[in-house]
Amino acid sequence: MSIWKKAISTAALATALATSTVTVAQAAPMRIAVVVKALGIGFFDAVHKGAEEAAKQIGDVQIIYTGPTKTTAEGQIQVIDSLIAQRVDAIAISANDKDALVPALKKAMQRGITVISFDSGVAPEGRLMQLNASSTPLIGQTLIKLAADHMPNGGEVAVLSASATATNQNAWIAAMKGEMKNYPNIKLATVVYGDDMADKSYREAQGLIKTYPNLKAIIAPTTVGIQAAAQAVEDAHMVGKINVTGLGLPSEMAGHVHSGASKSFAIWNPIDLGYAATEIAYNLATKKAVAKPGAKISMGRMGTVTLDEHNDGAMANPFVYDASNVDQFAKIF
Amino acid sequence: MTQLAKSREALLALAIVVMTGLIALRFPDFVTPSNLVGTFNDTSPLIILALGEMVVILTKSIDLSVAANLALCGMVAAMMNEAGLPLPLIILAAIMLGAVVGAINGLLVWKLDIPSIVVTLGTMTITRGVIFLISGGAWINDHQMSELFKGFPRMSLIGLPVMSWIAIAVVVLLGVIVGRTALGRACFAVGGNPHAAVYTGIDVGRTQFLAFTLSGALAGLTGYLWIARYAVAYVDIANGFELDVVAACVIGGISIAGGIGSVSGAVLGALFFGIIKNALPVIGISPFWQMAISGTAILIAVAVNAREGRRAGRVILRTAETRS
Repeated sequence: MSIWKKAISTAALATALATSTVTVAQAAPMRIAVVVKALGIGFFDAVHKGAEEAAKQIGDVQIIYTGPTKTTAEGQIQVIDSLIAQRVDAIAISANDKDALVPALKKAMQRGITVISFDSGVAPEGRLMQLNASSTPLIGQTLIKLAADHMPNGGEVAVLSASATATNQNAWIAAMKGEMKNYPNIKLATVVYGDDMADKSYREAQGLIKTYPNLKAIIAPTTVGIQAAAQAVEDAHMVGKINVTGLGLPSEMAGHVHSGASKSFAIWNPIDLGYAATEIAYNLATKKAVAKPGAKISMGRMGTVTLDEHNDGAMANPFVYDASNVDQFAKIF
Repeated sequence: MTQLAKSREALLALAIVVMTGLIALRFPDFVTPSNLVGTFNDTSPLIILALGEMVVILTKSIDLSVAANLALCGMVAAMMNEAGLPLPLIILAAIMLGAVVGAINGLLVWKLDIPSIVVTLGTMTITRGVIFLISGGAWINDHQMSELFKGFPRMSLIGLPVMSWIAIAVVVLLGVIVGRTALGRACFAVGGNPHAAVYTGIDVGRTQFLAFTLSGALAGLTGYLWIARYAVAYVDIANGFELDVVAACVIGGISIAGGIGSVSGAVLGALFFGIIKNALPVIGISPFWQMAISGTAILIAVAVNAREGRRAGRVILRTAETRS
């Protein structure tokens, strides 16, 4: 064990010496490591794109985009150890395990590295702050707005969810119901559950179409459900009468947007997320901001994030995709 | 025995009519012709799979890999379509691939003498794994599928979609195989009394092998139909559907112990299940009750069949005449 520690510290020292000689020569760019769940995932490639955008905008920032080849906590710990050895200035991580990474990240913070988590968070003791792509109230607001935008005269909407016990979906639907007081002419007919199975979701959507002849929109806050509902609306020749919306992925929804079954839908924008995480990491590492409850931290073009009592913050409303931008994002994720 | 079997199927048919009537009381539009056609069309995949499963269960075996096999063949069909291959070739390849997976099940049961529930549990998991490997976990979505690929099962032919016609054709085909061929009689014999079947010169293992191959081929065909209908292919497609298939067989009076069952029973069992599935979303029952209702229907069917089974003797050899 002690030999191992020695080996690591020697390696760290060696790299430190090597890097310091280089950095002294050319006015040290800040190095921000973006650690993702695994390499080769379209969503995180888009995060990388956003991080590079922020780096270019800030100027003296170099992005180290890295992660394990499989979505394991062990793989991420190895990556973190090597980043500590390289003495990066900041780490922004999307964690494969909330707790398993805490010791490694604590070690990084003890060495003066700024650590934040984004997307999939780390337990509070392992990071300065967590950046969520969105929040339950923001998602609830977005869901009803997506439907309301295409219902100028109001009317009935129905929700097609995942399973009746799905925690995320239930919280979003509850937030959406709370928000509906601002849309007095929109009525929620019912909530049905497709269990995130294509065939059951399709059948439930068919049931909605048959049961509610005046239905104007189906809101599906699940990627399987929104797809199946759009297909059911197309098969029932109800395109134009019933608008399918909710949370979906551009690559899965592009066809249904072009067919007209779905006028628009939303999901977090990974480019914005990578951009915002990089901006925050830069601001914390340069001490321009301090991560503490109630703090407001700048995210560049994304505005500011306000931290709650757990140092968690939400970036923005889910990003809306429609016929004008869906193809561009369909290539990414 | 024929009389008994007939009466059981008549009972099930009556139950279906009564149930449909009750649903219509709550939701009158359920019995419009277009909705009944839609319900039959929606049940078509279940009918096809239940018929394949029935032949396997007749031989005292069970095939738990049908849904995974369906998903594999569907994924391969979607990938072939992406590669721009013609539709007839895709459908043929899906059926052949399904038959190969079924034949592997059959060979393991036949040559290694492993219980079929263990074999197919294994191939079920392997098949899902293979889908992940060939697809890389990615979805194939509707805009990646050609219009003909998606549209063929939906095309309307004399008032019914092509998918329904395919199901009807499979019913007729299985009716002939089970009722009019040596293989059909061998299936009853093997399931009814394997030892006696050996003495009559029937190769038990070979019969089971052929039953699994047939079930696999039908799963392959359904794989294409499923993917085209729901316009999406991913690893978990039809996850857990094998239990619906077995349940449809059980409701249809096919004895899990083998040797007892009929094509009409399997079709009625699938229709019973299909009507429940289509009615539950429109009659406004809580999702928690929906599962309980499906489960209760299965238990009642098994209880009724168990009573019938005690009274009846086992058929060892069935002649073509008794089926007509």
